[in-house]
Amino acid sequence: MGTHLADVHIACMGIEKLIPKRDHLGVFLRLLARSATGQPVTTYNSHFSKPLPGREIHIVFVDNGRSIQLGREDFRNSLKCIRCGTCMNTCPVYRRSGGHSYRYALSGPIGSILAPNLDMKKYADLPFASTLCGSCTNVCPVKIDIHDQLYKWRQEIVKQGYGTTSKTVAMKGVAFVLGSPVLYRFAGKMARWVMRVAPGLAANKMNPWYKQREMPAPPKDSFGEWYAKNRKKS
Amino acid sequence: MSSRQSILAAVKRSQPGKANEPIIPAALSEPFADAVSNFCTVLTGIGGRVTPVYESDNLQQIISDAFNGTTDILSVSEHVSFQTLNTTAAENPQGLSELEIALMDAQFGVAENGAVWLTEAQYKVRALPFICSHLAVILHIKNIVSTMQDAYQRIGDAAYGFGLFIAGPSKTADIEQSLVLGAHGPKTMTIFLMH
Repeated sequence: MGTHLADVHIACMGIEKLIPKRDHLGVFLRLLARSATGQPVTTYNSHFSKPLPGREIHIVFVDNGRSIQLGREDFRNSLKCIRCGTCMNTCPVYRRSGGHSYRYALSGPIGSILAPNLDMKKYADLPFASTLCGSCTNVCPVKIDIHDQLYKWRQEIVKQGYGTTSKTVAMKGVAFVLGSPVLYRFAGKMARWVMRVAPGLAANKMNPWYKQREMPAPPKDSFGEWYAKNRKKS
Repeated sequence: MSSRQSILAAVKRSQPGKANEPIIPAALSEPFADAVSNFCTVLTGIGGRVTPVYESDNLQQIISDAFNGTTDILSVSEHVSFQTLNTTAAENPQGLSELEIALMDAQFGVAENGAVWLTEAQYKVRALPFICSHLAVILHIKNIVSTMQDAYQRIGDAAYGFGLFIAGPSKTADIEQSLVLGAHGPKTMTIFLMH
């Protein structure tokens, strides 16, 4: 209603929101409300083509990184987004964390693949805050491969050097240990022994895992050892 | 370089190559066996009201009865007259802020979603379908199409300054996911369906 009462109407739209013909609008009007609120169509669909005599309508086409995203073959598909929000409603991470935790105008799975295009350093953590369960891709009415793009952004972000050092070191350490069966078994034994004789080494504030949790009681054997013993019995 | 030129140049640089115009699958516009009853069911489901009107009925009486017998209804309909829109209100729609009931004609209705299409030829004042507390719309059953594809085909190349699909009363469920009828527009929408 406000647009009809004001003398000047300024509308901003992303450059990717243009569709070829008015005929095609019927498809999008269907998709939007169904996926957003479950309504058959949005209550009001206003079609502006001319301002009233003596009044003005201005349309601002916003790029804001969209032309760059268009050039990124792996991520171009994200520009299909019609902002229905269904990926957020289905996302197990978003449903627990809420919109503000994404620190970007668009939150949820779609925000996590659009934000790094604008500022890869600032939003480097977003594509990692996902379980890659694929529920978002499943419900997306315009078929954006959201969880695949989250996975691709992780690789791109690390390749560009925006991963955290602690994670790089930890990953390299894990890869080194898991690469040798002998080393792996020895490391497991050591860990179980340390947790038994000096639990404070793991259960302290330096260990981020311990911040909200108790450490588990160390088992006597590794699973491999336990299995080898019990298989003989039966 | 203006921002318009630089954006267009950037888009051109990033172009992924040409694509054919998408074809809307025919399955998406299959007509309903009974479009009229589908229209009524959907519209009622989204909070609208439908009052059938038959040839032998007195339209004016039926509309008045639907609003507790009042004749204090602003009508821009071609079918029935109540209060008329004066030029002051037309030029200064802010003055309509206390308007209770507005009555207007719809060009056509859409069975798949219960929406009706109107343009300035119907509401005269762009703010009118939004600013009233209760919206009354007259629609003839012969003007109900099945799908949105049919709707846009029917609109065709028609020229209008401002066209509008309305589907039911205004509503929101933004707060606590609790549905409230009457948010940024009318609290009720009644369709008088002419047979």
